[in-house]
Amino acid sequence: MKPMRLATLRALGAAVMVGTMSLPALAQQQPAPPAAPASATFDAIKARGTLSCGVNTGLAGFAQPDSQGRWQGFDVEYCRALAVALFNDASKVRYVPTTAQNRFTALQSGEIDVLPRNTTATLSRDTSLGLDFPAVNFYDGQGFMVKASLGVKSAKELDGATVCVQPGTTTEQNLTDWARANNVKFTPVIIERLEELVSAYVAGRCDAYTTDVSGLAATRSAQPKPEDHVILPEVISKEPLALGVRHGDQRWADLVRWTHNLLLAAEEFGITTANVDKAVADDQRPEVQRIVGKTGGLGAMLGVDNLWAVRVIKATGNYGEIFERHLKPLGIQRGPNAQWTNGGLQYSFPFR
Amino acid sequence: MADIAAEASAPRPVADAALAPRRPPLLQVGPLAWARANLFSSWISTAVTLALSYLLIRWTVGFIDWAFVKAIWSVPVTPQGAQTQACRALAGSGACWAVVTEKHRFILFGTYPYEQHWRPALVCLLFVGLYIVSAMRRFWRPALALVWLATLTVIGILMWGGVLGMPYVPQERWGGLVITLILSTFGIAFAFPLSILVALGRRSKMPAIKMLCVVYVELIRGVPLISLLFMASVMFPLFLPEGINIDKLLRAQIAIILFAAAYLAEVVRAGLQALPRGQYEAADALGLSYWQKTGFIIMPQALRLVIPPLVNTFIGFFKDTSLVLIIGIFDLLTAGKTAIVEPAWQGFGIEIYVTVGAIYFVFCFAMSRYSQNLEAELNRHRVR
Repeated sequence: MKPMRLATLRALGAAVMVGTMSLPALAQQQPAPPAAPASATFDAIKARGTLSCGVNTGLAGFAQPDSQGRWQGFDVEYCRALAVALFNDASKVRYVPTTAQNRFTALQSGEIDVLPRNTTATLSRDTSLGLDFPAVNFYDGQGFMVKASLGVKSAKELDGATVCVQPGTTTEQNLTDWARANNVKFTPVIIERLEELVSAYVAGRCDAYTTDVSGLAATRSAQPKPEDHVILPEVISKEPLALGVRHGDQRWADLVRWTHNLLLAAEEFGITTANVDKAVADDQRPEVQRIVGKTGGLGAMLGVDNLWAVRVIKATGNYGEIFERHLKPLGIQRGPNAQWTNGGLQYSFPFR
Repeated sequence: MADIAAEASAPRPVADAALAPRRPPLLQVGPLAWARANLFSSWISTAVTLALSYLLIRWTVGFIDWAFVKAIWSVPVTPQGAQTQACRALAGSGACWAVVTEKHRFILFGTYPYEQHWRPALVCLLFVGLYIVSAMRRFWRPALALVWLATLTVIGILMWGGVLGMPYVPQERWGGLVITLILSTFGIAFAFPLSILVALGRRSKMPAIKMLCVVYVELIRGVPLISLLFMASVMFPLFLPEGINIDKLLRAQIAIILFAAAYLAEVVRAGLQALPRGQYEAADALGLSYWQKTGFIIMPQALRLVIPPLVNTFIGFFKDTSLVLIIGIFDLLTAGKTAIVEPAWQGFGIEIYVTVGAIYFVFCFAMSRYSQNLEAELNRHRVR
């Protein structure tokens, strides 16, 4: 949906409401609602006292309720970190489970404030959906998994193979694109439901199974003998999974961006939940001093107080700790999500 | 004489046997005869019976073996997560009920705060109690409406909290069986009266009302429930001015009410049309007003006629509430599916589905049995 069409829809909706209620006071507001001021979301969250966070309805490692109904996962930690930054209380989050279909509407309509829901940042989502993606918290990409007994070492050896794939997703398009570009012929086996797809692969109905690498790793680790399955080195698409916010709300986007940067910087400088107090007390590195709020007054610039970073790190740990806690047990390697100092893509902007 | 006496004292087997009641031949009546007539009447029938009973026995033995004999009822749960190796080692030869043991509270109550689970549990009991009370004919009096109102208020207070020392719980955290019961009970409770009005409206002589009802019914019946839910969840918020949000659960509830009412209206209309004209004319002749006629003469008879399709629709809607999964609401089925997302429990879907299916079955079967009794009782005068 284009923003213009969205505005028209809203105006229409407002007009219908005005028409039915025929309130003169509302009628004056009838010309399409004005663009939100730059800090509307930020102030609204502050006033409301809770952060509305759109998460997946259930994706292993990223967002899932545990046996006691508490949300856990990599994406969920970002909700908690933001709540801690704003309110110094990780429990002040409303988790709104969103499906692939209603996630963007939920964000556009203001039902949620931020969308950490393994959402790939793309040009059209950024522009015509009226969203912004301030931070990429996980770099994913589509890969292949095959049985180790096949002895295949590269996806290019899969010529003529049958490949299990879900329909209607970008996964299927990526597969077709890559096969054409590399002159490899696949027979796709298309199955809608993920469990059936995986069992079809395990049962040998297809030679290879393709989806995002994080998904492959999760599936592999759930098998009785993970070592029987190999994830091939080719990554055939870019899936930067990003935190989404509404477009045009800069102050809120800034806080989201810098909370992610904070988690990265904390890992880079070796600040963890365990040693953050010690870092505050006697770490002399200038950037660390600025991060923990001893100098620079950076927190105030973001609209939170200067100790926000210390609180966030205490509550969630740094990026590496979050990764270890939620994604490592699934067998997901750091790979492209390693720190830039280790050859990865995760790179914090300087705290200055 | 002696001959005669001897003859009299001698046993008379034939006559005695004729006096005593005799069992009919085993092969003519009783279970054997029934089996012979129905199961072994010809060689084809015999073959089919044998083949089917073989399959049935085999399946039953297999199921008992899977569900009880080889089943694992619990596994140790350490801080690192559940240790499901024992279950995995079974490789499907036995059920891993441990997943239900571990996740049953999540399946029943979703993401509701764990220490507050007694509240949704009480709500479920209240719902069941409400059903039972409403089902008994001796409670069918106007006060029942007040009982409903009171119970639904108590249910609201229990679920939301925020008073009497119960912490406030927002709707996003409600889930599991409670959501299924709320959506279906409120759905039917509001849809049923609405459907009666729509059905009456459709037979009304006033063209505007008639038109409105026809358009409503045809529009709603013309689209699947899933698209209505999508409209409620995806389109509707975009029509609202920015900053105004109607809760997702409420939107889904309204969509379900509108959908159910359209279907029920047609069922009720069928009852209205089945009624002989004489009933209307007799009521008119008595000088009853329109609403008196409808309330005392028409509706009691019309609804009685359509009990089977009404209950059929109710049962359908009870199960249709599971479609809210597409808009991210955790009803019973979605909560069950979400419970097995955790890597440790992946692959134990059958156990979860069997459990959830059993819960659905209990409710639907109760409804179905009750409707059969009700039908028999209300239509006693028609049985000849």
